[in-house]
Amino acid sequence: MAVQQKDVVIVGGGPAGLAAAVELYRRGIRNILILEREKSLGGILRQCIHDGFGLERFRQTLSGPEYAQRFIDEVEELKIPYRVDTTVIDISKDKTVRAVSPQGVLECRTKAVILAMGCRERTRGALGIPGTRPSGVYTAGVAQSYINLNNKMVGREAVILGSGDIGMIMARRLTLEGAKVKAVFEIQPYPSGLPRNIEQCLNDYGVPLYLSHTVTRIRGRSRLEGVTVAQVDEKRNPIPGTERDYSCDTLILSVGLIPENELSLVTGVRLDSRTKGAVVDENCQTNVKGVFAAGNVLQVHDLVDFVSKEAERMADAAARYLSDSSLEECGLDVKADENIAYTVPQKISGEKNFVLSLRVKRPMKNCSIRISQSGEVKKTVKMKKALPAVMIQIPVQKDDLNERENLEVSVTC
Amino acid sequence: MKNMARQFDVLIIGAGVVGCAVAREMARHQLRIGVLEKEMDVAYGSSGRNSGVLHGGFTYKTGSLKAQCCVEGNQEFDRVAKELDVPFRRSGKVVVGFNEKDMASLRRFQARGEANGVRGLEIVDQKRLRELDPSAGGEFAMYSPNSGILDPMAYTIALAENARLNGVDFFFDQRVTGIERTDGVYAVKTERDVFRTRWIVNCAGLYSGAVSAMLGIDGYVIRGFKGEYIVLDKKAGAFINMPVYPAPNEKGGFATHAVPTVNGNVLIGPDSYMTDDFEDYGVTQEHIDGLIRDGEKMFSHVKREYFIRNFSGIRAKRVDPETGEVLDFVCEARDEAPHTINLVGIESPGLTSALPLARRAVSLMAEREGLKPNPDFDPARKAVRRFNGSAPAEQGKLIAEDPDYGEIVCRCENVTKAEILAAIHNPLGTCTVASVKNRTRATMGRCQGGYCETRIVRMIEEEKKKKVTEILYSRKNSYLFTGKVRG
Repeated sequence: MAVQQKDVVIVGGGPAGLAAAVELYRRGIRNILILEREKSLGGILRQCIHDGFGLERFRQTLSGPEYAQRFIDEVEELKIPYRVDTTVIDISKDKTVRAVSPQGVLECRTKAVILAMGCRERTRGALGIPGTRPSGVYTAGVAQSYINLNNKMVGREAVILGSGDIGMIMARRLTLEGAKVKAVFEIQPYPSGLPRNIEQCLNDYGVPLYLSHTVTRIRGRSRLEGVTVAQVDEKRNPIPGTERDYSCDTLILSVGLIPENELSLVTGVRLDSRTKGAVVDENCQTNVKGVFAAGNVLQVHDLVDFVSKEAERMADAAARYLSDSSLEECGLDVKADENIAYTVPQKISGEKNFVLSLRVKRPMKNCSIRISQSGEVKKTVKMKKALPAVMIQIPVQKDDLNERENLEVSVTC
Repeated sequence: MKNMARQFDVLIIGAGVVGCAVAREMARHQLRIGVLEKEMDVAYGSSGRNSGVLHGGFTYKTGSLKAQCCVEGNQEFDRVAKELDVPFRRSGKVVVGFNEKDMASLRRFQARGEANGVRGLEIVDQKRLRELDPSAGGEFAMYSPNSGILDPMAYTIALAENARLNGVDFFFDQRVTGIERTDGVYAVKTERDVFRTRWIVNCAGLYSGAVSAMLGIDGYVIRGFKGEYIVLDKKAGAFINMPVYPAPNEKGGFATHAVPTVNGNVLIGPDSYMTDDFEDYGVTQEHIDGLIRDGEKMFSHVKREYFIRNFSGIRAKRVDPETGEVLDFVCEARDEAPHTINLVGIESPGLTSALPLARRAVSLMAEREGLKPNPDFDPARKAVRRFNGSAPAEQGKLIAEDPDYGEIVCRCENVTKAEILAAIHNPLGTCTVASVKNRTRATMGRCQGGYCETRIVRMIEEEKKKKVTEILYSRKNSYLFTGKVRG
């Protein structure tokens, strides 16, 4: 098959890829191709039939499919080319994208690649939960897909491990479908999902949330029969004597999301061990020139609205890259102190306004986030409450910074 | 099922690697052969739950059946792998040591190996060890160039499919509960049915002692030695070339080792502890912690970020009930149980020894009744073509021939719809999510089915016209769904 020439290939037709495509088009880029492995565009939003999307971006509350449809409609209206049922299997270092579909192998040489593959769920195997391997143990997203997209009911009596947002949303969904959700257990001493989900998905339905608890054993040889739960100490080790057995036929895991960067690695993109996403500069450009990343493949977001916005900022930069064939050097490091889980971007130029995303490692009250260069504070943001579950985004102005020194970010109470 | 369909010349009890190898070797003769298996697929027990190593044969007592069969099985495996079209790599293996005691042990087993007919064993220094495998622990090692790695599931499935294509019938979900013999015909009772046969071959693995007793042969004691494993991501696989074992203890037992799989992952394990429960495949925190501790001595990349799964297996060791000493394989035809072949205590190196044992079983039968060769027997079996790993041009051709090769269902392992469909319609007629998994590797990657399991389930539902409640994960009653959400 002949190799096609493109300006931009977007890998993934979920919220990040769609927003990037529309923004690129607005910036005058026309030779775009979106590649999506599923049968339709929309990504994970297709299965998120609950509402609460769009408050930031559209000032109204939408369901996941509705939110996605707004972008899909634009893509259709602007006639931005896309292909579904097409899985990218390789991106070479010279930016040749190789994808397969039932029509055959597609090869595109492209000036820029946009990584928008989203994330996957952490599994039981990654945690190494002891016990047997019966059916009835699902990650929250898989259970959500079975119920919302596949019309299959996963069980009748559930326990949920992890207070991630999807886990809490599934607690509500299962309850609404007649299942008994016995409890949500979270190993951390604080919830890992958004406060609004604790209210709307757990408290409103009488589902108890136990912090500092984890599942220590899975029972059942064919179908899940029950789990053992124990309280954990500050090092997250189960405390002997606190074990309790719960009978259940379903265990839902909502224990974290991991950016899906297998293709990025093949391309030579360097990853940040904290975010598991690419190390990027203020343009969302990776260490491989012309390869950009945005959305959950870059950092796991708690709101899709911010995914769209991040992708649009990235698309602006990618459009500049395409017209100028390069972007400013970003030689300054963004360094974070021990209270901060990570920052994105990790590199800046000091010559441009940018949005700094970060998460704190533990809940903090009345704290100050300081952005400094060589010990000199350039910007301070005071926060009444900072939670690990809530991504903090701080616009940083170039006028506040110099172009010579690394950026230091710290949080103090 | 009609009564006629349940009459056999030979019934094999157990569809592990030994049972499937016996079925395949028996099929070389004009016999009506059936295989009874208590689970829903082949290789559910020890055969699918091990390190996947083709052993050299240097740890077993010279002259023992273990030594003979292992060396024979090792030497012929290139041909076998080709014939059955299964993945295999003669990777070599290092048995590493840290101190003088280890060195003495390695020298002892080198001498034993040579006596057993194992070729090429050599003691290597640390420099050479690091050349052979840069991530291996140890100060020195014994290098066994003829050891190898294979996929034990794929191998067992290939034996079974080859047997099936040569006319052997497989029956799943048939746990044997009793055996009676009247007028020279055995009635083998299972939980659901009765099968009639002139001959019985006991390949029941962990239950080989129990089936022996049903045949009227008492006195065999089988102890379950359980071992747990951690499966590491293929990213860790890049760091290891060959199995790395610690020097064996006096009895020849190996502690936790690191083994690359033929598919590119790494296994850390197994440890070893006794269990009375032959179907408890659970894993425990204590043992996972132990595997990490011991595994790090063998392989320098045992990192949590690489963990994708745990599993365990149970070795069926025949022991002396008085002393507890582990005894040799048994492959016998005894007068007190006429027309039976009894394979007892087949543990490691059972995978390597399966075909040699099967040939011995056939010989025992042939000595007692004339066997006519089956002129239609075909020893070759073709595996389903895999998209992953095929050359780019080849991938294009596969899709052109069958567009289902262009639909990637499992993203981690790049398994296509064509391969999933072939697995759903496998020759053995079994169909669970695990049977698709074990035939294709779908769901075995780092996302553990997060992307593909829903699709595989939908395909099983449609292709096999199953109700949602009938879709099983692996075993009987391992249903995935309690019903539909809406009508």
